[in-house]
Amino acid sequence: MGAGHHHQIYRATDGPLHRLAPQCKLAATVLFVLAVVSTPREQVWAFVAEGALVVLAAAVGRVPLVFVARRLVIELPFIAFAFLLPFFGEGRRVDVLGLHLSHAGLWAAFNIVVKGTIGVAATVVMAATTPIPQILTGLEKLRMPRLLVAMMGFMIRYGDVVTDEMRRMRVARESRGYNPRWIWQARALAQSAGSLFVRSYERGERVYLAMESRGYEGSMPARDYEASRSAWLLSLTLPLLAAVVSCVAWMSR
Amino acid sequence: MSHHNALRVEGLHHTYPDGRAALHGVDFAVEAGERVAILGPNGAGKTTLVLHLNGILQPSAGRVTVGDLVVEKANLREIRRRVGIVFQDPDDQLFMPTVREDVAFGPHNLGLRGDELDHRVQDALAAVGMTDSADRAPHHLSFGERRRVAVATVLAMDPEVLVLDEPSSNLDPAARRELAEILLSLPVTTVLVTHDLPYALQLCSRSIVLNGGRVATEGPTRDILADEAVMEANRLELPFGFSLTH
Repeated sequence: MGAGHHHQIYRATDGPLHRLAPQCKLAATVLFVLAVVSTPREQVWAFVAEGALVVLAAAVGRVPLVFVARRLVIELPFIAFAFLLPFFGEGRRVDVLGLHLSHAGLWAAFNIVVKGTIGVAATVVMAATTPIPQILTGLEKLRMPRLLVAMMGFMIRYGDVVTDEMRRMRVARESRGYNPRWIWQARALAQSAGSLFVRSYERGERVYLAMESRGYEGSMPARDYEASRSAWLLSLTLPLLAAVVSCVAWMSR
Repeated sequence: MSHHNALRVEGLHHTYPDGRAALHGVDFAVEAGERVAILGPNGAGKTTLVLHLNGILQPSAGRVTVGDLVVEKANLREIRRRVGIVFQDPDDQLFMPTVREDVAFGPHNLGLRGDELDHRVQDALAAVGMTDSADRAPHHLSFGERRRVAVATVLAMDPEVLVLDEPSSNLDPAARRELAEILLSLPVTTVLVTHDLPYALQLCSRSIVLNGGRVATEGPTRDILADEAVMEANRLELPFGFSLTH
């Protein structure tokens, strides 16, 4: 096994965004998120406009909005604490649906949730239209050190292998009646974690031998993926528009 | 001294840093174009021997020669082009995010670029029937497919000697047969390290039996497998229901 398709964030269809060079999409996404984050929180219309840009990108990239919405769940743990702000915020209080809430806290919560959601949605659209190997190529083209890109590549390549090993160890434990209910029964679990570490370490050594056998001398091959000028122009339109929205929002405060 | 030898191992000794001696003087030669099996029980020193063939391990004494080149530090780059090792676990061998990048890894390290590199990759994938999987991720392939791609990663380096460590392990019968057909179609000197004796018989006319870090015997595979005394002395056994007679 271990052949499962876990990276379901990528949608293997063929749209215009799929064909765009990955470095352009990555740069555009980062710049877009920066523009969104720098938008003043009181200008609600600006977020509507920026949200519309993401919807537009999704439409162009043939990524269904339901798909984006489902994957937004990933931000929940990160914004969970934002929901506490209206309760614990200081200063003027307002009544919302019978709750006595902090005015400043509500704005702070809105700020986090709206910027987080738009930012994650933009990232989801990028990831849905870019296979993971291409994301690595894009990072390398954006001058991320090749060693770091290689480490990320190994992480992705071996994530499933290690997870699978972990699953087999769990099955083996449970097959022998291990069903821990109390913390002091966790010893076998800790030992499994230890042996998983050792196994992964040994695999690392074997992978290195395999690399050396194929002439590895300390540098990973460079990836070729040239981006045309029009690809850059096209992908930078989106962050540019968001930046304009942000600027107008600041000026109209 | 023969010039036909693609691979020659002479008086090879190896002692690991912890003092454990794995090889006690191994001698054999493989002729160009020949397919030879290396048989032997667990702990016989097979893997240690394999790691000497491309200079991953350095001999404590003795030497390995590939064609006209002795395996030593100064020649390692050329040695690793000439000797391609397919390791037992394809998950160790395939470490790049896509099949294409993985097959390109070796030839890229040899300095190939552009069209030449692309051709190498395509030819190697075609040789193992995996052309259509070039852009897939290795962990999305079946075990048999991964093993075939692992063979391609080595073929892409255009080796003179192909070394396979337990190539049939964990394969289902169909994948095992498909791999055998691929190996039989390759015009390259092949060293097959295996416990799978019928596989050795099918693929290799000659076998070398390694036991306790020494060559116990060598000869035609069929003769070795039919020799009960040799088989028993070296913990070799045919699967249930098999028997060979002269």
